[in-house]
Parts: sequence; structure tokens; C-alpha cells
Amino acid sequence: MRDLAKLFFIFAKIGLFTLGGGYAMLPLMERELVGNYLSHEDFLDITAVAQSAPGIMAINVAILTGYRLKGLTGAAFAACGAALPSFVIILCVALFFRKFAENPIVVRVFKGIRPAVVALIMVPVFTLAKSAGVTWKTVWICAVVALAVWLLKMSPVYVVILAVWVGILCDRKERTQ
Amino acid sequence: MIYCKLFLTFLKIGLFNFGGGYAMISFLQNEVVYKQAWLSTAEFTDIVAISQVTPGPVGINLATYTGYAASGSVCGAVAATLAVCLPSFVLLVLAGKYVFATRTNYPAVWRALRLVVIGLIASAALTLCNAENFIDYKSVLLCVVAFWAVWKLKCGPIWILVMSGFLGILLY
Repeated sequence: MRDLAKLFFIFAKIGLFTLGGGYAMLPLMERELVGNYLSHEDFLDITAVAQSAPGIMAINVAILTGYRLKGLTGAAFAACGAALPSFVIILCVALFFRKFAENPIVVRVFKGIRPAVVALIMVPVFTLAKSAGVTWKTVWICAVVALAVWLLKMSPVYVVILAVWVGILCDRKERTQ
Repeated sequence: MIYCKLFLTFLKIGLFNFGGGYAMISFLQNEVVYKQAWLSTAEFTDIVAISQVTPGPVGINLATYTGYAASGSVCGAVAATLAVCLPSFVLLVLAGKYVFATRTNYPAVWRALRLVVIGLIASAALTLCNAENFIDYKSVLLCVVAFWAVWKLKCGPIWILVMSGFLGILLY
């Protein structure tokens, strides 16, 4: 029981003290977990699997760590710990924002923030394209996906299913050759 | 029943989103803003902004806030947050070892998913480029400056959002 509580609080701490989520959480996770609970290899293993699964990476790391240390209940405690602080904080913000959304100052603040949010989302498009090694030969795939989802309102779910299916076909073809 | 609908919608997102917080924005736009019309584009943009500047995983922040805003109650937030975590929980507990094996056995799947995620994030940004978010030439200018600050000066999202909020007060 004490171990489960510990798992919960470690991940609550990680969830509480990282801004930006995802990769920003990895250094703190490493500091908290490696040595005390996991070996360095285990941690690398867990982050690799967490990134290969769908969903939220930080939660996936919590699930895998909890599962390795304390089985199914461990996974549940760790995942709840990782999610709970941000759940509570964002709910408080939501309640607060709901009250003050009509406030003239808040209205002006968000008029300034909205175009900046668009910029914030545009930048990773270019940085990811660079790190994923997108070339002139493959960039059309990104463009077609972007246009289909943006203009034709195609569901991203179908896009992902299609990508997995085409990927499997390509891999099969490579293997038979 | 909005709670059931929220739960199913976020279950779907939790199962198919392979691209982290930014790609999740395009799933949410499609499901929550376009299909169900629970939120307007401007409301949704505000949620994205707030999710970036509060601590914790961005995906949890997005799910909790969208669930709350769409239903107007804490139950909606609980349903969305649980549902978005559930698919990977089941998958990782039952088949954690095999999940990673697919990465080496099916390299083309991962190459394809990486390209798709870039397209999804691009569509998320393009969808937000509408008259609700860009009310005049000043907003276009703000967007360009913010882009340059993140791209060239490597400014973090919190800094950018605080500054643009401040500029909002000055300009409007």
C-alpha cells in the first residue's frame, strides 16, 4: 500500500512540476525514477515503448513504470498520479475563466493570444519536418493529409488508419522481395 | 447523453492519436469543433492556449478542459480525461512488449505515421486561421512576430503567450 502511494506521489510530482508536457517531462522523470526504481536501461525501454503507443506519452510512461513495479494496480495508481494535478489545475482555471471570460481586459488579452497560438502550432510543423527528414519526394504526403483534414474535414482517425495500412503493405512488399 | 458521447469521442482520440499534444489538436478540431459543434473555433483556441501554460501533460489539459467546456460540468471533464487514457492503458498492460516490437517489424508504418502527424499539425494550424482568430491586420502581424520569436529566437510557449496577451491589451 505504501509503495502504491509512493508511485502515485512520484508521478503527481512529475505532473505538477513540468510545463509543456511530453518531452519536457522526460528529464524530471529520469531524475525521479532512475536509480531508485528503474535501471537506466529500463527507463530507456519504457520511454521507447511509451512513444510507440497511442495516447499521451507522459501517461504511458506512468502506466509502464507502475506496471513494471507493482502490476495492474501500480499502473492505475501511477497513471492517476500523473494525470491528477493537471486535471485539478486546469479545472480550476476553467472555472475561473468561465467567470471572467466576459471581462473586457480578458477579452483583449485573448484577442492578442489567439494569433500567437496559431504561430505556436505552425513552428513544430517545420521543426518536425526537419527532424523526420522530410524531402521533396515525401512532402506531398504531409500536404495531402493537411489539405484533406483542413478543407475536406476528413477525420484524422481515417488518416491514421490509412497510414498504418499503407505502411503494413509496404513492409510486406519489402519482406517478400 | 453528452457524457457518453464525450467518453466515446475521447476514447477514439486516445486510440488513434500517435502524435502527442499538437497532433491531438487536429483530432479535437474535427470531433469537438466540427462534427459535434460543442465549441467555437475561438473558444477552442483559448483552450489550446491555456493548456500550453498550465503544468502537466498537454494532452490531459486539453482533454479535461474540452470535456468541461463541452458539457459545462466536472463529470464531462472526468469522462474525457479517463477516456483519453484508457486505450493506451489497456494496450500497454496487455501487450506492452509487442507494441515496441511493431516498431522494428513495421518500420514503414512508423515512417508513414511520422509524415501523417506533420500533416495533421499543419491542418490544426490552418484550421485556426479564420476570421474568429484573425480579426484584423494586427492579429496577422502578431502571428508573424510570434512565429519568428519561436522559430528564430527559440522562445518558449509560456513566454510567447504572456507577451501576446500583454500586446492584446495594448493593441485592442
